[in-house]
Amino acid sequence: MRPKLGRERKARALEDERLALGADQMIGLMSAIANSRDVGAFEILYGHFYPRVRSYMMRMTKGDRVLAEELAQETMMRVWHKAALFDAAKAQASTWIYTIARNQMIDSVRRGTRPAFDENDPALVPDELETADAKIEREQDAAALNRAMIALSGKHIEVLRMSFFDGLTHSMIADRLNLPIGTVKSRIRLACEKLRLALREQAK
Amino acid sequence: MRETTPSASGTSQMIAHHLDGDMLMQYCAGTLAEGWSVAVATHLALCPACRSEMRTLESVGGYFLERENAERDDVTESWRRVKDKIEAGHMEKAVRMKKRSSSDLTYPEPLRTYIDAAGGLRWRSLGRGAAQMIIPIGDKTTSVRLLKIPAGQPVPEHSHGGLELTLVLDGSFSDEISTFGRGDIEIADGNLTHQPRANPGRDCICLAVTDAPLRFKSRLLRLIQPLLGI
Repeated sequence: MRPKLGRERKARALEDERLALGADQMIGLMSAIANSRDVGAFEILYGHFYPRVRSYMMRMTKGDRVLAEELAQETMMRVWHKAALFDAAKAQASTWIYTIARNQMIDSVRRGTRPAFDENDPALVPDELETADAKIEREQDAAALNRAMIALSGKHIEVLRMSFFDGLTHSMIADRLNLPIGTVKSRIRLACEKLRLALREQAK
Repeated sequence: MRETTPSASGTSQMIAHHLDGDMLMQYCAGTLAEGWSVAVATHLALCPACRSEMRTLESVGGYFLERENAERDDVTESWRRVKDKIEAGHMEKAVRMKKRSSSDLTYPEPLRTYIDAAGGLRWRSLGRGAAQMIIPIGDKTTSVRLLKIPAGQPVPEHSHGGLELTLVLDGSFSDEISTFGRGDIEIADGNLTHQPRANPGRDCICLAVTDAPLRFKSRLLRLIQPLLGI
């Protein structure tokens, strides 16, 4: 169990560092950017997210630093221009910025198309009307997710990161971890299942 | 994650057959091929439960983004460049309104845009009242088509060289095991030979995505398959 304890301690240390810019503060920054085009607020947000998006783009471009910087900058420009579309009731700022970075990556690195549904499509089956309680719950999702992720074991976080965040295929993960592909698949499935359970537990 | 319940008004139907978890994860990670993604995104338009699942996965992306390496070298320089652009009012793009050429709500976005891009609905007969329309996409690993099966008729019997995903858009069909209605997804792999049949009363329209050409049992259908482009 020792390695797990070490990992948890590391996770908490990262957690503390992350709190340098809290979720509430980010929402404040986002609304200042959207409503008053506040360049000062954007500078703080930029300082926080640009290095992180750049690091993500570094891996997505297999270490091309010049391209990664360009893409991270372009992502942050999209954040500036699209700030009015950010809805704090639907997602955290970091989640929203992640989706912008990912779409940028698909456009520029994979040169692919990512078909997406349209929230305003009259054919879309809408979410159930949200009660005030559900909205508060959504706002607490961030904290719940952090706790649920910390509760996952290191090997489950590892495969989640590799398959989901790094966008590696099952066979690439199998190669890197030196595991049979079936083990990789079941581990990913189990990681998702555990995450779901932990979130359900948190919601109680 | 929240469970969905049918609304009291009965306007939102329950979807019984949801997305495969792997596929949704790949879609959220941006690694899913375009053909599958069309079906995934169209299902998402019809399924609040899977949209909620998608948001959870995306928040896992946000979680990992927060924990990315945050080394700050060259940040000031980069900020200066961006600030210059902002102050010059550079790249302010007008928000373009999406034009809606079709008001047929049978086909939610993004599928409707694909149909429009192909010049609108154009069914080609497969015989016995069945018809199909190939949806052109940019990705070579999958093929995407709409399939119309007359009410009460079987889908031509076939097995799959690979994976086939079927999303019901109108009417319903049943196979030996279950019934699939609007928004439901059926995934069949290479081992399955099945004989789905459209239910009586209404033609069944599906979006079908395959990663390999279909193998029809009928020799004639196999022969003309390349001509039909399926």
